[in-house]
Amino acid sequence: MNDNEILFEYLLRLGDNCAILGQRLAEWCGKAPVLEEELALMNVGLDLVGQARLLLDYAGKVEGAGRDEDQLAFFRDTQEWRNFLLIEQPNGDFAKTMARQMIFDCFQYLQFEALTASKDKTLSEIAAKSLKEITYHRRHSSNWVIRLGDGTDESHAKMQAAIDELWGFIPEMFDMDAVEDAMVAAGIGTDVSVLRARWDDMINSILTEATLQRPEDTWSVRGSREGKHSEHLGFLLAEMQFLPRAYPDAKW
Amino acid sequence: MVDTATIPRDPVYDDKSIRKVLEMVKDPEIPVLTIEDMGIVRNIEFEKESVQISIMPTYSGCPAMDVIAEDVKSMLVLHGYKNIEVKTVLSPAWSSDFISENGRKCLEEYGIAPPVSAGSKAAMIGIDAVACPQCKSIKTKVVSEFGSTACKALYKCEDCLEPFDYFKCV
Repeated sequence: MNDNEILFEYLLRLGDNCAILGQRLAEWCGKAPVLEEELALMNVGLDLVGQARLLLDYAGKVEGAGRDEDQLAFFRDTQEWRNFLLIEQPNGDFAKTMARQMIFDCFQYLQFEALTASKDKTLSEIAAKSLKEITYHRRHSSNWVIRLGDGTDESHAKMQAAIDELWGFIPEMFDMDAVEDAMVAAGIGTDVSVLRARWDDMINSILTEATLQRPEDTWSVRGSREGKHSEHLGFLLAEMQFLPRAYPDAKW
Repeated sequence: MVDTATIPRDPVYDDKSIRKVLEMVKDPEIPVLTIEDMGIVRNIEFEKESVQISIMPTYSGCPAMDVIAEDVKSMLVLHGYKNIEVKTVLSPAWSSDFISENGRKCLEEYGIAPPVSAGSKAAMIGIDAVACPQCKSIKTKVVSEFGSTACKALYKCEDCLEPFDYFKCV
């Protein structure tokens, strides 16, 4: 891969996490537990879609093949998506949605904080802009994990089950590979493997306050970097991409 | 509404005149605020017969940005300006610190509590006291950190019992 191809790939990894998580949160529209929480989920989702637009728009320009943000979002098949497996996991109950969100918010906070120092000016600007939003997201999801974990017997059991169910999707987020290495060497990307210790500190303190058990690292799954996704992504894309694929020239 | 009778027919391509026109463009989601008061106009460039306006989004996903860009264009066209370009810039990232004094006053009069502290204290919701825009009591509590738009949180006054929007520090 040449430099542009590597950067394109890197931007897809960043942007696809935002796009798919934004879509997942939108699935809560009309059925969140309470009105205030519905607003919160839609707000967080909207921020993520906004971040995805900035990143995919830039990715399209870097690629230079004439694809814009919409083409990248609506005309790629599962194998071409680079979001973490964690991100595409179904919403499940509210506990699972919040556990997934908290795991990712803590990761994205650290990753984007580091990317504000990127030598790539556009990327550092997007990171700085997004970081302000992620600060709110992280606080919101962490508070819910604590509130439900340290809540009733039932909410505690549900939150513990959610954390246990998602735990094996975490190691993939901190993997380095040739693309990540090249981006770090160029001063554009950040070494995510180094972020693991700080992420662990954040998570441990949240889990402790929530009176939740940190699960054992007994299993892990990987594959998003090669486009190997769980079956859930296909269903998500079918819904998200239906309209532009059915009516490719449709305009608002 | 803009009084079309007072519109100058010969637009002047200078900073002051262009800014005056921009002062007539309102934020579509908070119609008491002009985009100047919101502090989202980053830059005004002009030549003999062309204008270039740079605006900053408040939030990445702010759905008002496209509308604002269109409103800026139409307002300038209405005033006779030609060759107008509106572009979005990300840096510096917009902060609630950019809201003008007048903007803060308008927000409060409209019933939205203005941000109480610096943008750098982003997620400090619930720590600083927010005064109720209706009765000015500081006995208020957070109902939700996310409100009707990305830039607002939902509060409730425990004295007059009115719910109100709070413009978040960012």
